[in-house]
Amino acid sequence: MSARTHRRHRMIAVPAALAASALLLTACVSNEPAEEESEGDSMSEESVASSDNDAPGDPVVIGFSAPAADHGWMGAITSAAEAEAENYDDVELRVAEGTNDVNVQISQIEGFIADGVDAIVLLPFDGAALTDVAIEAMEAGIPVINVDREFSDPFAARTTVLGDNYGMGVSAGQYICGELGDQPDAVVAEIQGIASLPLTQDRSQGFADALADCGLDVDNQVSAEFTVQSGESVTANLLQAAPQIDAIWNHDDDQGVGVLQAIENAGRDEFFLVGGAGSANMMREIESGDSVVQATVIYPATQAADGIKLARLVAHEKSMSDLESSNVPRTVQLFAPVVTADNVADYLPNAFES
Amino acid sequence: MSEQQTSSNPAADTSKSAAGRRRGFSSLSGGTVRNVGLVVALLLLCLVGFLTGGERFASLTNLTIILSLASVTGVMAIGMTFVITTGGIDLSVGSVLGLTTVWASTLATQNMADQYGWIVMVGCALAVGLAAGLINGVIIAYGNVVAFIATLAMLVAARGLAELIANRRTQIVDQPSFEDTFQGDLLGVPKIVWIFALVVVAGWFLLNRTTFGRRTVAVGGNPEAARLAGIKVKRHLMYVYGLSGLTAGVAGVMLLARTGAGSSTNGLLLELDVIAAVVVGGTLLAGGRGSIVGTVIGVLIFATLTNVFIINNIDSSVQQIARGAIIVGAVLLQQRISRPSRSS
Repeated sequence: MSARTHRRHRMIAVPAALAASALLLTACVSNEPAEEESEGDSMSEESVASSDNDAPGDPVVIGFSAPAADHGWMGAITSAAEAEAENYDDVELRVAEGTNDVNVQISQIEGFIADGVDAIVLLPFDGAALTDVAIEAMEAGIPVINVDREFSDPFAARTTVLGDNYGMGVSAGQYICGELGDQPDAVVAEIQGIASLPLTQDRSQGFADALADCGLDVDNQVSAEFTVQSGESVTANLLQAAPQIDAIWNHDDDQGVGVLQAIENAGRDEFFLVGGAGSANMMREIESGDSVVQATVIYPATQAADGIKLARLVAHEKSMSDLESSNVPRTVQLFAPVVTADNVADYLPNAFES
Repeated sequence: MSEQQTSSNPAADTSKSAAGRRRGFSSLSGGTVRNVGLVVALLLLCLVGFLTGGERFASLTNLTIILSLASVTGVMAIGMTFVITTGGIDLSVGSVLGLTTVWASTLATQNMADQYGWIVMVGCALAVGLAAGLINGVIIAYGNVVAFIATLAMLVAARGLAELIANRRTQIVDQPSFEDTFQGDLLGVPKIVWIFALVVVAGWFLLNRTTFGRRTVAVGGNPEAARLAGIKVKRHLMYVYGLSGLTAGVAGVMLLARTGAGSSTNGLLLELDVIAAVVVGGTLLAGGRGSIVGTVIGVLIFATLTNVFIINNIDSSVQQIARGAIIVGAVLLQQRISRPSRSS
């Protein structure tokens, strides 16, 4: 059952990732002057092969709201979104103050609706809590692009850009299987983020499923709070609980700074560590080659930037012209690749500083 | 470990109670009995740890780990003991700790530390902590703002300032002289545990053996009487909150040594752990009675609890339930044990 879910995830994820990268690629090369467009009727043009998506169009106002940038990944989300909007002269981005208070975020969206923005990119602090106000926006004719944390109702968003939490666990598990699959007695430990969040449970489930594929399981599981301090203290205890470890998966590279320090304090190096999210400092550890960090699994911090891009396309009524099917897809799920010493050079330039 | 605690208690307690509300009278047994409840709780916890974890729990390494993890919270709890003894509360210590780690680890400070050694970073952390504490104190004492509100404001503001300074990024400590001074062991014991021990001794001495300590208890017991007795209550309160900020600064230095990174998320929600430890340790929230030894045992109880749970690989949600149960259980146990001695 779970194996099937996992395959289905991959089936969505791979083409979506291909499409997204193709879109980015065309964005980079399309410097030819834009053809004149028949006003407001671009869809009928059947411009499937060409890519004039980056050509300046009518000015659009995009409202952007995300939780407080209280850690590296979330900080990178907002700055990448702002940078993306800078790329377009026809986009005016209105960034609401980041907040972890769902009531404040709801009122921000109500403000966007009252202002009559052309599109809203929303990374909700809590998807379920923001669903109603997103539906309100959609009913007011404002397309909502949902990023990272899903609404509880499909009518609440025109398009959803998702990371792949389950897939992160799968990628981490498969990497560990590749390294330890021939040792059925290998000790695998897992350092979760905030255990009560659905995203954490998805990551752990994917991890357990992938490990089960090669006959491994999670022997020790602890949870931290996405902070350096909590990462350090749970790891110090974890290392004492398990005197011999073969592999550790740490869900989050922000807390990974503390995890690494605890490992150093304890003077342990008999295992290898796989990170999560993909911060620049973990990638530098991988690059150095003499660290316990052998790999990290990416959870893209650029997904809100993709949200901005898609919001602009939707507002311009353009399509993702690289796909055979016209129009922007309803769901874009990003892939969770494994970064190792072999490919770290490709990923490091775009990684976020934690 | 627990045996040492037990044996060191009676002596410590005798003097603690002597400085208590009924100073110099028959309360000698009262405090001792109160702490017996705590020691019993800690012993029970250790017994559970030993039965379930065996050697992994009862090893010297594990004792070191528990003490190290208790140290950061513990140092702040010593400052908090003074605040709560005056009948106040300091909700800002977690944020202030985060602020001090960020300030001490910023690039500018570290570059200066290249020239002047680790002293710049430590001085910076202590100064920032003390300043934040004194600001709390001035607002509470001279502005007549309730401590809960004033320190709540500092909780929010200090966290915001920390985010601003850190630019919401983790500031890695890259300063060899700092790391050499504070990381690693001294005589087989982690240096931050030594710092904790020093702060405990200093805190105990300050509360139980000095005029400052007697005034703290007097202000908490009855501020009006204290004022009539010639104590400058406002100024004293300001000092007490300054002390709490200062211990947050010390804890900041220790956390930097421990994690090697300053981050605006450092100390998030730590104020709750600190307050819980102090209250479980027998310091009255209403003021007028404070116990440094009780606070230390309170901190150790929580650190041991976390350790026992992780050693046994138990879900962290269950751990939170146990924390809640410990808070209620320890306070109930204390009341039960101390009641007969009070009525006598």
